Amino acid sequence: MRTLLEFEKPIAELEAKLEDMKKLASENNVDVSSAVRNLTNSIEELRKETFTNLTRWQRVQLSRHPDRPYSLDYIQMMCEEFHEIHGDRNVGDDPAIVGGFGNIDGQTVMIIGQQKGRKTKERQYRNFGMPNPEGYRKALRLMHMAEKFDIPVVTLIDTPGAFPGLEAEERGQGEAIARNIKEMMTLKVPVICVVIGEGASGGALGIGIGDRVLMMENSWYSVISPENCSTILWRSWDFKEQAADALKLTAEDMKGFGLVDGIIPEPRGGAHLDFEKAGETLKKTILSEIKTLAKQKPSDRIDARIDKFCSMGVVVE
Amino acid sequence: MSWFQRKAKGINTPTELKREAPDGLWHQCSECKQVMHTREHKNNAYTCLHCNYHDKIGSEAYFKILFDEGEYQELDSEMRSADPLEFVDTKAYPERIVTTEKKSGLKDAVRTAHGNMHGKKITISCMDFGFIGGSMGSVVGEKIARGMDHALKTKTPFLMISKSGGARMMEAGYSLMQMAKTSAKIAQLDEAKVPYISLMTDPTTGGVTASFAMLGDFNISEPGALIGFAGPRIIKETIGKDLPKGFQTAEFVQDHGFLDFIVDRKDLKDKLASLLNMIKK
Repeated sequence: MRTLLEFEKPIAELEAKLEDMKKLASENNVDVSSAVRNLTNSIEELRKETFTNLTRWQRVQLSRHPDRPYSLDYIQMMCEEFHEIHGDRNVGDDPAIVGGFGNIDGQTVMIIGQQKGRKTKERQYRNFGMPNPEGYRKALRLMHMAEKFDIPVVTLIDTPGAFPGLEAEERGQGEAIARNIKEMMTLKVPVICVVIGEGASGGALGIGIGDRVLMMENSWYSVISPENCSTILWRSWDFKEQAADALKLTAEDMKGFGLVDGIIPEPRGGAHLDFEKAGETLKKTILSEIKTLAKQKPSDRIDARIDKFCSMGVVVE
Repeated sequence: MSWFQRKAKGINTPTELKREAPDGLWHQCSECKQVMHTREHKNNAYTCLHCNYHDKIGSEAYFKILFDEGEYQELDSEMRSADPLEFVDTKAYPERIVTTEKKSGLKDAVRTAHGNMHGKKITISCMDFGFIGGSMGSVVGEKIARGMDHALKTKTPFLMISKSGGARMMEAGYSLMQMAKTSAKIAQLDEAKVPYISLMTDPTTGGVTASFAMLGDFNISEPGALIGFAGPRIIKETIGKDLPKGFQTAEFVQDHGFLDFIVDRKDLKDKLASLLNMIKK
């Protein structure tokens, strides 16, 4: 059963109509090909119109679409083999971050991703994609292992934020994220980060320092979610749409500011409508970026990475 | 019926305002309510002589306490916030900046200076909570980064004094990337073996905690300071329970292994000078 966002409904209604028409025609053996063609065209028109004029808030909704591919979906689509590796070798294993060695068209990569759940139980198990400190520490452990074996790192970002819990504070959520940011700056292997869904603040940045930071077309990346921004600045949850506009948090915005390096196109209507195509595009992008980055010397890559982040910001002097 | 009737409402000062004594000869501790001479309080590094409560102070006071003779050279003192997002909430961001500048007399939420501490060169960046909650936008990130550059260039220790609610929303993505920028600089300090001390003062939370504040060679704090990633209110809402007493205080954070030591402000200068002297080459 597909979940439909408000702006997806008119399209879905037309699609249902088309199905009915086809079914009726085949049952009664009538030629409706021209009507089918018309309807198909108007569906395509409507889809084009809807998805070329998405508001920022609609992008946020798409980034959270319950049918959207998550990290493990992409891993499954891209890798012939995948060996998941658990645990931070300290406190425990955080199911909100998954990671391990994968094989993409013969290229071994260390893939680390924030993982959401699809059904209620799994959502809880994955803590809604909100990592604890051990998740970030596991991620760092795996990155260092990749460095040891000279294997590129790919991170998939999809989190509503680092978990704001009591135990997370006790175990140093702030320290865990801070350390990752610093250590990722000097990883000797190529690092590619992709925001595949939600990129909320420090929780995202904790696995988000790379030679290439890319965003899927319908993802968002900012310092705070529109809802929380609305609550703090407007003192009400109701201004989330204005907040999304004010934060300028879409892939296009972030690319325009030079805060991310590129946008990965999604199938029209969003990645959830065509997993295979979305996975294929991501895979091709990752492979080509690795190829480019592998040509650089590690020290040059690190210098460029540090320079890139150090040049971000706008001030008046 | 009474002969007289009060026309205006009676004088009704809320309790929390009562203790705000006018600036003058006497200082009343906002914690233990004891009274002491203003000069004594100041000479005690703005901490209570009776209960050791550490008053919140700004960059100017810290510079005066830490630099010899209170003398220092400020860096990038004219740097101000731009408005790259043209951010408007209930107020436009540039308006907010101007109002805050007037109210606080500051240009942004951090100031950087270099000078001597017990005769040894040091660079200090110190945040001011009075400027939009000490929030970190491009100016804060850039000034800290340049302060660290100064320390790198002169091969002298860097002290960061944090006091912040976290990243500044009005610069959204740019604010977030200041966490990356400052952390990148710290990686360079590591490489160059330049000592970096991070002093977290009340309060240090959010993106500041999750970047430069937690990355010191020495992570230290003042007694009683609130230090955390998520704010206490958010955590309370998340877990739906009251938080234990002392949660997220400096003492709590030290008990959990994330602070190296807690130091009274009046001892800060001597202690840092002595420590830095031990590790210098």
